[in-house]
Amino acid sequence: MAKWFETHLPKIVLAPSFIAILIFVYGFIAWTAWVSLTRSRLLPKYEIEGFIQYERLFDSPRWDTAMNNLYIFGALFIGVSMILGLVLAILLDQQIRVEGAIRTIYLYPMALSMIVTGTAWKWILNPGLGLEAMVKGWGFETFTFDWLVNPDMAIYTVVMAAIWQSSGFVMALFLAGLRSVDTEIIRAAQIDGIPTWRVYVSIIIPSMAPIFLSAFIVLAHLAIKAFDLVIALTGGGPGYATDLPATYMYAMAFSRGDIGQAASSAMIMMLVVFAIVVPYLYSELRARND
Amino acid sequence: MAPILEINNLYKNYGATEVLKDINVSIEKGDFLVLVGPSGCGKSTLLNCIAGLEPITGGTLRIDGHDMTHVSPKDRDIAMVFQSYALYPTMSVAKNITFGMKVRGVDAETQKSKLAEVARQLQIEPFLNRRPGQLSGGQRQRVAMGRALVRDPKLFLFDEPLSNLDAKLRVEMRTEIKTLHQKLGASMVYVTHDQIEAMTLATKIVVMKGGIIQQIGSPAEIYNRPANLFVADFMGSPAMNLIPAKTQSGSGGTLIEIERPEHEPIRLTDPRARNLPKDIILGLRPEDISEPGFRVGALVQEAPCKVEIVEPAGADTYVQTRLGGKPLTARLHSETEAAPGTVHNLAFDLSKVSYFEPESGKRIN
Amino acid sequence: MTDVSATPAHAAVSERPQGRSFGKIALRWLLYVVLGLFAIYYLMPLFVMVTTSLKSLEEIRTGDLLSLPRELTFDAWRTAWSEACTGIQCEGVKPYFWNSVMLAVPAVMISTLLGAMNGYVIAQWRFRGANIIFALMLFGCFIPFQVVLLPMARVLGLMGIAGTIPGLMFVHVIYGLGFTTLFFRNYYVSIPVELVKAAKVDGAGFVRIFFAIFLPLSIPIIVVSVIWQFTQIWNDFLFGVSFSQAGTQPVTVALNNIVNSTTGVKEYNVDMAAAIIAALPTLLVYIVAGKYFIRGLTAGSVKG
Repeated sequence: MAKWFETHLPKIVLAPSFIAILIFVYGFIAWTAWVSLTRSRLLPKYEIEGFIQYERLFDSPRWDTAMNNLYIFGALFIGVSMILGLVLAILLDQQIRVEGAIRTIYLYPMALSMIVTGTAWKWILNPGLGLEAMVKGWGFETFTFDWLVNPDMAIYTVVMAAIWQSSGFVMALFLAGLRSVDTEIIRAAQIDGIPTWRVYVSIIIPSMAPIFLSAFIVLAHLAIKAFDLVIALTGGGPGYATDLPATYMYAMAFSRGDIGQAASSAMIMMLVVFAIVVPYLYSELRARND
Repeated sequence: MAPILEINNLYKNYGATEVLKDINVSIEKGDFLVLVGPSGCGKSTLLNCIAGLEPITGGTLRIDGHDMTHVSPKDRDIAMVFQSYALYPTMSVAKNITFGMKVRGVDAETQKSKLAEVARQLQIEPFLNRRPGQLSGGQRQRVAMGRALVRDPKLFLFDEPLSNLDAKLRVEMRTEIKTLHQKLGASMVYVTHDQIEAMTLATKIVVMKGGIIQQIGSPAEIYNRPANLFVADFMGSPAMNLIPAKTQSGSGGTLIEIERPEHEPIRLTDPRARNLPKDIILGLRPEDISEPGFRVGALVQEAPCKVEIVEPAGADTYVQTRLGGKPLTARLHSETEAAPGTVHNLAFDLSKVSYFEPESGKRIN
Repeated sequence: MTDVSATPAHAAVSERPQGRSFGKIALRWLLYVVLGLFAIYYLMPLFVMVTTSLKSLEEIRTGDLLSLPRELTFDAWRTAWSEACTGIQCEGVKPYFWNSVMLAVPAVMISTLLGAMNGYVIAQWRFRGANIIFALMLFGCFIPFQVVLLPMARVLGLMGIAGTIPGLMFVHVIYGLGFTTLFFRNYYVSIPVELVKAAKVDGAGFVRIFFAIFLPLSIPIIVVSVIWQFTQIWNDFLFGVSFSQAGTQPVTVALNNIVNSTTGVKEYNVDMAAAIIAALPTLLVYIVAGKYFIRGLTAGSVKG
């Protein structure tokens, strides 16, 4: 008995976590998937009815807005953060004297809660008292910057705040990548007389492909999960102009009492994440096992 | 008295792959057993099985007469030195050495005196309070030895302990391990891929390949009478010359004929050999092919050979020629006049010759 | 990832002969100007938050966004800390701040310890299926939490801990496990297995090896795990808003309530003060220990 206990102790230690993950991740996903196929409203029902919730979801103009916003937000947020991050990383890699301090400044927004970021930008972008008022105060009476309350433009304010929050992190990722490139290769290129910009374009950046992939995965994941920032910055408004799938799901689950819609929208989010993360994780785990 | 270590019909599988097949070895108290073979031959796995760090699939294992087949490592009364030394990085040298005693509940006084004794023996007193990270490779090696010595076990196990050291230090530590073995009269099992280490340290060598024991014997037996082509080729440096040849029984013994390109075949006669098959592989160590006149005896025969490469190595000069389609190395004295491209007489001493059967690779004399 | 604090690999790139031409110097200046402008961009919101929180409402209405306060006042901070209204209650963020502390500290400790043990088992006591378990746990890090909100709300109810701080703690521990296990597994996997073997021969068992050998070597990765988990839990909003009720909300939820549901006059200075209060702990952790985070993530092989 003691011997059995001794040999199985590692498994016994791992078991609670494993069981918890099985239930609270995989069991719960299964539950949500199941409920998304029923007519659940305020209370969950368990008779499977097929894809009616998904039909309702795709017919809903609000969901349509949410998905459109996700495309806009995702594309701009990921694209600009990556470009900005890469540029900043390359600029910072030129033997800058106060590099440590600058890095800290660029990176600190990452430590903030999205709610804090949202609160700050909401104030800055406030048309009556913020940036707009300030520029008007400088004498530009016709200046308007009312994106925060403009249904067509409000989603871009979310993009702005999100980029401010995350681009420093992308910079840090790229900076680490730049510095992991083999120095000998760079020296060799210089002996061959290749100019600095060429060394970056042809040697360093291509060898950072895995970092680009990691940055993309992290940012895409952040984009799909984006919730708190929208709540704090625009509350999903004006109207539901800045709804994202995450806020749609939350509204259905907790204020509209429409569990079926909440479940089906959560499943769509899940599938989007799946499509991005699974191939990545698979290749990562494969590479690690070699 | 029971053998200190006795392994009978040991098998070890990982899933469907057999990594050790029918291993039978036993050693007496005071023996220094070396397990040697190329990487992947199963020697380290066998050592781990002896330590109890890997469960065995079949067979039995006894230490000092007690069945240890299913006993956990801590109850086997063994100590082990690892290739990477495996020192506990956060503990001082002293703590590293006494950790085992502490776990076993040995009282502080004994711990202290044993530590002092081992530290003196291995000359590691100056850095007992340092962390392993602050030590050089050689010093770490000594600490790892100390951790084993302090336990005073029935059996010492060494897993390639010298392979992370540079060449000079390796030779020094080798001598030191040998001295230690002689002084303590301890029983040791030692794994290495370095056949020189095996030859210099062992009282008994096990040559392994593909999970199968190829030969067990004293260093001299292994060197002089290799059991098959693999052992012949693996043990000794430069390797034994293995030359395909044809035989013909005659009145004065067996006539051996070795083909070579652009020249007359070499013909040697071995009066002692009987009933050799028609095709054989002839094995001669480089030192058994020498300058004419340096070896005497009935079995020394000369033949002119075309020298291709001359490699001076200080005390000796190695000369390469080509026989039976294969390069052949001879060990000549350093003042030899052999020059590349010239023809030089070489003396073949057949008193130490090995004959192998080409198909099975087995020794036949 | 490699240590960003390492010397620039492109020391090589920049090591070109230092021709002190006018163009080169100008380029250098331009570089610093650009970097400085970006520094201003990242600092601006923080600057605005701090200055606004120190202004009176009157000054906010008349002055402009970037001006320094004419008259320093800490009234907004006092209000934010103990008087501001989060819905019906008007106790400031103080009680919620302590809620977050009581939530985050135990949750960080528990999930780090569990992650350490899981990582230890997966990396050093490999058994068949351990890699599959690891892959399943790893994948759990990436799910959008929306997919577990509904069933979790019901299960917390069934367990009788719905709307309580322990309930929220439970949620954070469960969904933090994947990451903490990942950190420790990746750290321990670079430690040679011979260390465990040596300890086994020395007579130590599973538990002893963990506490006497592995835990003492884990300081760098413990720092990583603690920083990560603390930031995640402190900054979380989704779980907080979904699984807490009036008295048990964490500070992020309270902040959002202050900012978005005050009736009557909008007190921007109070909003900013509350936001800074909510941000301070993670900001401090970042400034004090941020470099250990990156260093720890990249720390791998242990010499021994």
